[in-house]
Amino acid sequence: MSVAVREAPVVVPDAPAAVNDFAINVATANGSGSQTSNGVLLRALFKMGIPINGKNLFPSNIQGLPTWYIIRLSKDGFLARREMTDIQVCMNGRTVAEDMERVVPGGIVIYDDSLPVANNRKDVTYYAMPVKDLVKEAGLPHALRDYVANMVYVGVLAELLGIEPAEIEAALLHHFEGKEKAAGLNMAMVERAIEWTSGHDMRNESYRVERMTGFNEGKILVDGNTAGALGALAGGLSLASWYPITPSSSLAESIEKYAPALRTDPDTDKATVAVIQAEDELSAIGMVVGAGWTGARAMTCTSGPGISLMSEFAGLAYFAEVPAVIWDIQRMGPSTGLPTRTSQGDIHASYYLGHGDTRHVVLFPANPAECFEFGRVAFDLAEELQTLVFVLSDLDLGMNMHISEPFEYSDAPFRRGKVLSAEDLEERQGSWGRYMDVDGDGVAYRTLPGTRHNMAAYFTRGTGHNEYGYYSERPEDWEQNLERLKRKFETARQMVPPPILDEVDGADVGIISLGSNHDGVEEARARLAATGLTTNYLRLRALPIDESVRSFIDRNKTVFVIEANSDGQLHSILTTEEPAQALKLVSMAKCDGLPLSARYIAEQVRKALEEELI
Amino acid sequence: MSTRTRTDAAARRAARPAKTNRIGLEKTSYRGRPSTLCKGCGHDSISQRIVNAAWEMGLDQTQVVKLSGIGCSSKTPAYYLGWSHGFNSLHGRMPSVATGAIIANASLEVIGVSGDGDTASIGIGQFKHAVRRNLPLIYIVENNGVYGLTKGQFSATADEGQFLKYQGVNDLPPLDICMEALTANATFVARSFAGDMKQLEALLKAAMNHRGIAVLDIISPCVTFNNHDTSTKSYGFGRANEIRLHDLSFVPEFEEIQIEEYEDEIEVELHDGGSIILKKIDPDHDPKDRTAAYNVIQQSLDEQKLITGLLYINEEEPTFTELLDLTDTPLTHLPDEKLRPSREALEGVMATLA
Ligand SMILES: Cc1ncc(C[n+]2csc(CCOP(=O)(O)OP(=O)(O)O)c2C)c(N)n1
Ligand code: SF4
Ligand SMILES: [Mg+2]
Repeated sequence: MSVAVREAPVVVPDAPAAVNDFAINVATANGSGSQTSNGVLLRALFKMGIPINGKNLFPSNIQGLPTWYIIRLSKDGFLARREMTDIQVCMNGRTVAEDMERVVPGGIVIYDDSLPVANNRKDVTYYAMPVKDLVKEAGLPHALRDYVANMVYVGVLAELLGIEPAEIEAALLHHFEGKEKAAGLNMAMVERAIEWTSGHDMRNESYRVERMTGFNEGKILVDGNTAGALGALAGGLSLASWYPITPSSSLAESIEKYAPALRTDPDTDKATVAVIQAEDELSAIGMVVGAGWTGARAMTCTSGPGISLMSEFAGLAYFAEVPAVIWDIQRMGPSTGLPTRTSQGDIHASYYLGHGDTRHVVLFPANPAECFEFGRVAFDLAEELQTLVFVLSDLDLGMNMHISEPFEYSDAPFRRGKVLSAEDLEERQGSWGRYMDVDGDGVAYRTLPGTRHNMAAYFTRGTGHNEYGYYSERPEDWEQNLERLKRKFETARQMVPPPILDEVDGADVGIISLGSNHDGVEEARARLAATGLTTNYLRLRALPIDESVRSFIDRNKTVFVIEANSDGQLHSILTTEEPAQALKLVSMAKCDGLPLSARYIAEQVRKALEEELI
Repeated sequence: MSTRTRTDAAARRAARPAKTNRIGLEKTSYRGRPSTLCKGCGHDSISQRIVNAAWEMGLDQTQVVKLSGIGCSSKTPAYYLGWSHGFNSLHGRMPSVATGAIIANASLEVIGVSGDGDTASIGIGQFKHAVRRNLPLIYIVENNGVYGLTKGQFSATADEGQFLKYQGVNDLPPLDICMEALTANATFVARSFAGDMKQLEALLKAAMNHRGIAVLDIISPCVTFNNHDTSTKSYGFGRANEIRLHDLSFVPEFEEIQIEEYEDEIEVELHDGGSIILKKIDPDHDPKDRTAAYNVIQQSLDEQKLITGLLYINEEEPTFTELLDLTDTPLTHLPDEKLRPSREALEGVMATLA
């Protein structure tokens, strides 16, 4: 094991290092109710205007295994995971030793005084909290004591760092959705802890929080799964079917939660969306395909193991050309893997899911606002292209809280694609072929079941078919059909959300990355720039790639492809699709269950460039 | 000569107008593409009964969808109701596709067709959950006790002790589709025989009138793969050469089995020389009595007879779509503005996130 070393100095020179610029790590046991206290801390800091990010590292367990919550404060707005801890809160005796390894010299350790914390590091300051006594003194009903114990560290941190009690109270009220009694009980505990702390002269000089402006104004605090749910509900969702699996369950549960407010028909008071918990993922995707075929916007959400089960339907949707949307909130695989840790390991699986020659459109949201936007975009693309569309999020984006731009309301018409009505058929005198490429873009016209015209019907099948949908084993029909599907994929390249480019004059080192790596990449670029190494950045937002990816690679000498898996899946797709440029592409793939840190990215880039120079 | 024949035919038609149903259509309008199943396959008889029942009921085919899994049986939706959308989906997964279609557009009449392998083997899970949800769905199992399309393996409904040429003796007890349906709380359970025109059409019509799920287990002999060479009455025809069926390029043509009307029981001789005993349900059986339905099925299984008729019906239970409390207008017909929140509603939610 490596010895704890102080992290490289922060980027911005002359910054008073420890005002609004440090990381708090709260170590608790799963099931001890720390979600409330951590959420309240995060929100209070957010409301003080401080750029923050909260990352929950939790076990696949209901009660007892260790859980960490890492709050990063960054006045400069760098919100990637920090590897080192400035302030460690120990509420779990079993992890004290490893928790201490991550504390920086000069750091602070606050611990429950009933825990076996050996104060043996001379370079940190220890404070013992008499949690049991304080809980007792707060005079709360017995039954509630366990629930509020975690509020002790909230109060201690508030007093120690200068978090405004009024913001803590407001955050509690928000958490308990306005229920004053619940908020009040918790606040009483916080106040008792504040009082105790102030009486013990624990004010420290090294770490402070201060109210600030310029970053959080007008923004919201939200997780990606809530954002995706709202985006789908605003994007015309009619059917969501799902089977519970971490970390995607909260997406479906958010749809359930918000559907009554957002999708009750005001005229009839009835639902305009159905949410169905299926018996398994096969059934979940089957329902989506059935509904998409019938003409409704339908989606399911799942994670790696579910994707595996959906494979056969993915091929059917691709080949029979049925609109469908799958949200994959990625976690660590292979197999059951680390079910509660983040990864980007399903890029290959989703791009190629299915047997035979299949390729799917895959979207990569990087933040909650994009999750919201892609909630609708995925449906537009699925219906316009009559195909399966994946939205690839991950546990870090989906389940952790992020500061986000508010979501923009849109009443632009939904793009429902090429659908022939009874009147259209009348005009064409019923002559149409379901799989006929009339417009040359590979996308044929479809009709919906229930269209009142006796030429509307066609037969959908996963078996070989000709332009009219009739069964065919003719080699020509097969090839023609697959050629058209390729043409359709070319059309898709032009329609998917384009990459976002950030290029710097004179830079010739490029970075291609995707999704939730964005925060780490941006901070790494700033660190590198501070040492004189400027980089260009292309954030890929979808597969298939478009022309701009090729020209970006063209413009750079070396391009690092940064992703959170171990095989370099995006790298391999890019080298396959841009073989002429393959030698320029350097894979930087890391997968340890944690969001990529800026330190890791910056060090790897520098190391690779130095080695190349030698 | 030919001209005169056509004129004659036209004149005859004019003199005797073709029979039309209540929506003015001839029966031929309810046909589909020509069947590609083996001649004499029970599944084709069932397709015929569906055509007849739909025509007699005057179904508007444009408001019907036909769904299926994979198998010889699952190919049949192409062979009837040519004006209806059809979806030959995945092996064992028709129920989930049907669920999605039904929720998307609850005004459609949905007919699902499956085989015994499709339902009782690979698809038993989806089958039971579709039943449990009481989907408004006509669920037809074309039950031949074998995998037809993959050439003659045992399915989960094969009789214990049944002999198949290339698999030997089946040692395992069969799953009974009606019993499984009943256990999963089906609201309509019936069994019939592909060749029993009258009973089958009557049951199909009853199923079309049922609100929730209607499970029809239809015994449908596979003329090609239920051979057994111990049979004394086997068609020695294609078999004399002893070609392995996997290499088979010659499939003997049989007639579809039709049976006359019968009162209590009838022994039906199958193409392979074996036979089954069909037993009509006692006219005094109360199809609203679940326990009686269990008993009658169990008793017939004990006697190795196949009880036919309407075994159970319950018109009281709400359907899945009723429970969802969706708009009366099918979701697929809702305009954009009903498929998204109002600006105020979204802003209300955004305020809680700020
Ligand atoms: C996932 C999958 N596994 C296996 C098959 C091969 N397969 C096709 S039809 C069939 C069995 C069909 O039997 P049944 O449902 O009884 O229909 P029948 O042909 O007897 O009418 C099988 C195993 C398949 N199509 N898909
Ligand atoms: S193999 Fe059997 S089930 Fe299949 S078409 Fe032939 S007779 Fe029918
Ligand atoms: Mg069968």
